[in-house]
Amino acid sequence: MKILTAWLRHYLPALPVDDLQLAEDLTLRGIAVEGVHPLSQGHLFEMDITTNRVDAMNHYGIAREAATIYNLPLVPLGANIAAIPTIAPFPVRIDSSAETLCGRFTAQVLRNVTIAPSDGLIADFFALLGQKQISNAVDASNFTLLGMGHPTHAFDLDKLEGGIVVRLAYKGEKLKLLDGTERTLEADDLVVADEKKAVGLAGVMGGWDSMITPETRNILVEAAWFDPASIRRSSRRHLLHTDASHRFERGADFNACPTANALVSQLILTAGGHAEGALIDITQPAIAAKTSARSGIALSVQQVQRHLGTTLDDAEGESALTSELVQQYLTALGCTLASADQPTEAEALTALNEDPQIGGPSAVASHISETDSPDSFHVQLPSWRLDLEREIDLIEEIARVYGYNHFANTLPTPGIVIAHPTAAAEAAVRTRLLALGFSEAISSTFASQSDSDLFYAPAAPGQGTIAMENPLSEEASLLRPTLIPGMVAMLSNNLNRDVKEVRLFEQGHTFTGSTAAVTESAQLSLGLTTGTPQATAPHSAADAPIFELKGAIESLVSLFTLPGGPAALTFSTESTPAWLQQGRAATAMLNNVALGYFGELTQAETQKRKLRQPIFLAQLDLTALYALPLKRVTARDLSRFQAVERDFSFVFPDSIQWHTVTSAIQALAILELQSLAPIEVWRDKKKYPGVYSLLVRTVFQSHHRTLREEELTQWHSQIIAALTQLGGTIRA
Amino acid sequence: MNEAIPQLVNYDEPSLEAAFATLAEEVRAADTTDPEAFRLHWLGRKQGRLKLVSEAWLKSAPAEARKPLGIRFNQLKQQIEAALEAPAAKPAVAAVQGIDISLPGTFRAPGIPHPLLKTMQEIVAVFHHLGYSTNLGPQVESDFYNFEALNFPPNHPARDTQDTLVIANQQTRPSRDRLLMRTHTSPVQIRTMIEQGPPVRIVIPGKVHRNDAADATHSPIFHQVEGLCVDTNITFSDLKGTLDHAMKALFGSDVKTRFFPSFFPFTEPSADVQISCIFCGGKGCRKCKHSGWIELLGCGMVDPAVFAAVDEQRIAQGKEPAYSPEKITGFAFGMGVERIAMIQHGISDIGHFYSGDMRFLEQFA
Ligand SMILES: [Zn+2]
Repeated sequence: MKILTAWLRHYLPALPVDDLQLAEDLTLRGIAVEGVHPLSQGHLFEMDITTNRVDAMNHYGIAREAATIYNLPLVPLGANIAAIPTIAPFPVRIDSSAETLCGRFTAQVLRNVTIAPSDGLIADFFALLGQKQISNAVDASNFTLLGMGHPTHAFDLDKLEGGIVVRLAYKGEKLKLLDGTERTLEADDLVVADEKKAVGLAGVMGGWDSMITPETRNILVEAAWFDPASIRRSSRRHLLHTDASHRFERGADFNACPTANALVSQLILTAGGHAEGALIDITQPAIAAKTSARSGIALSVQQVQRHLGTTLDDAEGESALTSELVQQYLTALGCTLASADQPTEAEALTALNEDPQIGGPSAVASHISETDSPDSFHVQLPSWRLDLEREIDLIEEIARVYGYNHFANTLPTPGIVIAHPTAAAEAAVRTRLLALGFSEAISSTFASQSDSDLFYAPAAPGQGTIAMENPLSEEASLLRPTLIPGMVAMLSNNLNRDVKEVRLFEQGHTFTGSTAAVTESAQLSLGLTTGTPQATAPHSAADAPIFELKGAIESLVSLFTLPGGPAALTFSTESTPAWLQQGRAATAMLNNVALGYFGELTQAETQKRKLRQPIFLAQLDLTALYALPLKRVTARDLSRFQAVERDFSFVFPDSIQWHTVTSAIQALAILELQSLAPIEVWRDKKKYPGVYSLLVRTVFQSHHRTLREEELTQWHSQIIAALTQLGGTIRA
Repeated sequence: MNEAIPQLVNYDEPSLEAAFATLAEEVRAADTTDPEAFRLHWLGRKQGRLKLVSEAWLKSAPAEARKPLGIRFNQLKQQIEAALEAPAAKPAVAAVQGIDISLPGTFRAPGIPHPLLKTMQEIVAVFHHLGYSTNLGPQVESDFYNFEALNFPPNHPARDTQDTLVIANQQTRPSRDRLLMRTHTSPVQIRTMIEQGPPVRIVIPGKVHRNDAADATHSPIFHQVEGLCVDTNITFSDLKGTLDHAMKALFGSDVKTRFFPSFFPFTEPSADVQISCIFCGGKGCRKCKHSGWIELLGCGMVDPAVFAAVDEQRIAQGKEPAYSPEKITGFAFGMGVERIAMIQHGISDIGHFYSGDMRFLEQFA
């Protein structure tokens, strides 16, 4: 919205600041000046007025804000028109069909007018604004709208057949509008009509047939109040967003109708002609009661201070937000304040009869001081501020005019911080994954149907996927039921950009259930791909990434106290999901309940997605993990005695896996066996098919004594016997 | 190995002094990295150099010179033993290949914390220090928590599918039960107040969604941190002081704040907060569009209608009403984490946050 400072100063001749200061002061009070452009006379302000402040979307409204800020008088609006009396006032009625939609209708007959170009203020201001001049009659209406915000319309009186009727349209009724288009109306379109036909779409646009032309001699000026919802409906239906509909949709000023009408009439009459008869003014009391005559609200200065607190201008124990300041601000904004501390007339009369001293000098004095600075007010609200409804609305106005930046910076007493139940677990998981070399990522909350079909299989009924009513795109038609599609997308994006070393994790929510009840669960995904795979003993280069994921999962789980101890975490290559390569994937289980899956993405999918190197994925149910307490460590005493290492080199058939080897050794129940690890696994499928060689390292230590050579020899032979019994052959 | 036995011609003091100084120098310069070899060389019982030299010199020494010779050999023996005891006194410089220290260092690469989540944690930490506890809530919310209880009128544009992502099949459900992706973390304010009475001091980090077209500065997925402080006697100046402190804690103590009237359905009075530009200090630059200020967050005093909706729901759940606007006031604030992280790190495209692109993340290692 464009505002001329020259026009503002027309309403506020005593404005004491320059235009730039005015722009800043208005902006800091919520009347935002977004741009300031110099003109030959003053400046042009580009304004951004919030939708709740429709009253400030015109020059007079902004001048009122400035008057409030600087505590200045505002030039009153209005015009006195000397009318020639008539015995037959022009007939205007509001049809019963429109009683709730047209709250007020004013009409003024002007006779013998001259249609000519505008001059004076209109010409000056329109030139500065870049507003096109049309004719004095049309310009008068536009000038009034820009000036004080109320839409008006001028009819060529001689084109009207009979009096004015405001009514609902007939379904299918035709109306040619000022823009030259013919509209077919619906039965809930509100129209201004004469006795024969519709002559305007009420509050939106006037009709073509009754428009002002150079030949027009007699005019009917309309200024009315229409129901916001009704105007919005018609404006949308006919795709006509006009200045008038914009204002009426947001709630026009009920009391502005006569003023606007008089202003337009006066402007037209400056080129000649006269008014005939007094202003015709039809009001609907029921609508007045909801707008201009709505009941006032109570305001207490104590409440103002309670909500707003300390200001920079507060004196010791004395708020700067005084009763006087409250009165000054609200009065300037158009409110009428009455002291609610003051007794009503009836109460005062009773007091008078009861108090023998009434009329004495002291009683008079106290009465005056009470009137000057009461704590409680009854506030009658201005007709143009329908956004003011409650005490808090007035408190906001006081804060706004006082200036937000004139309040002090105080701090409330602090509270006691309670840690969120999963915060520590989440932080521990995050810290551990970062330490393991996985970087943190965030992927899309949504998934495509095809990705969901591929990567998600409901484990139980009632764990379906959740569709979006208005998806962002086809690829985002579902809420993600798993984090895997997002992780695959991030890994492929990296590979497509020739980034070959990627380790990522995402802690995020997945969504399953039904569209009636959605279950969100905390999940973790891990993604890994490497262009330079390196063997990490005892794993081959090709297998190392899978064991890195396994290690990450073991490391994460080790942060928690497992029911059943560390042995509760087990791994199985059984029942792994279809998107992982069979034989190169595993299920991680806590007490035989699946906690997650990991492994290599299937070759088929890798090829389909044109991935240049294998990618490795893991998903883990954090909800299950977070249900466990974090591990609390009890330190054990360290042994003072020497530890002894013994290595065993064996050839085993492929059917003997590591867990069989460990079970066999652990079955010997050697208390002094401190650790047991595979140091090297070596296969040569061509030379030695069906077997592999394994180097096992054992460490023995006692907490109580130095180990004797004989016992070490004995354990050594026991282990060799146990491993031989498994089918192993000791290597020389 | 077996150096020649030095000849001693004169046994006068200066000659002895010179001869023993040469021997002492020989001990000092000897390689002690193999202490056993050194010991054998000097102190060996049969072929030790000390024995050989002392035998040779004592044999031909005049009688009167034997005593001073004995004393000097004893001193030399002590020097040899001291050299033996000094552990690795002389590094074997010559034997070791030098390093090229100009080659790059190596390290086990740690993972990189996400810059957005790091910023989010920093913001949350500031409020933890001010006595706020973290609270979280679901991303799929009902209309009641996301809009109705927050005083959004029924026809508010935010409720439209143009702005809000809605779960399928909601048309037949009562308006307040309809499920949608929360458009802000404010529903957690409502959930918390229904759950617990005042005082409330919570900070709410989380992911939110809007039906926005993605561009360099907008994303349909983004993150917010909101806060809520409700108690008796919470004032607008408390809101100002809290956010002024928080912005100084986040952006440095030189940062100034500026409050503007604004409009949100769930707060009144409402304000937008700007901070003085962290790049130019307020003088004006390209980053602040030459205004000297950067708009950063929205806030306000909790609207009494929100307290009323909370108490209504508390009563419906069989709890005591606890948020009478006559006794209780509060403030709420909210900020977009993406915007703050983009300002902090000069990130030009919001899409980088959700790409998992290692080239982007590695900058924050
Ligand atoms: Zn700047």
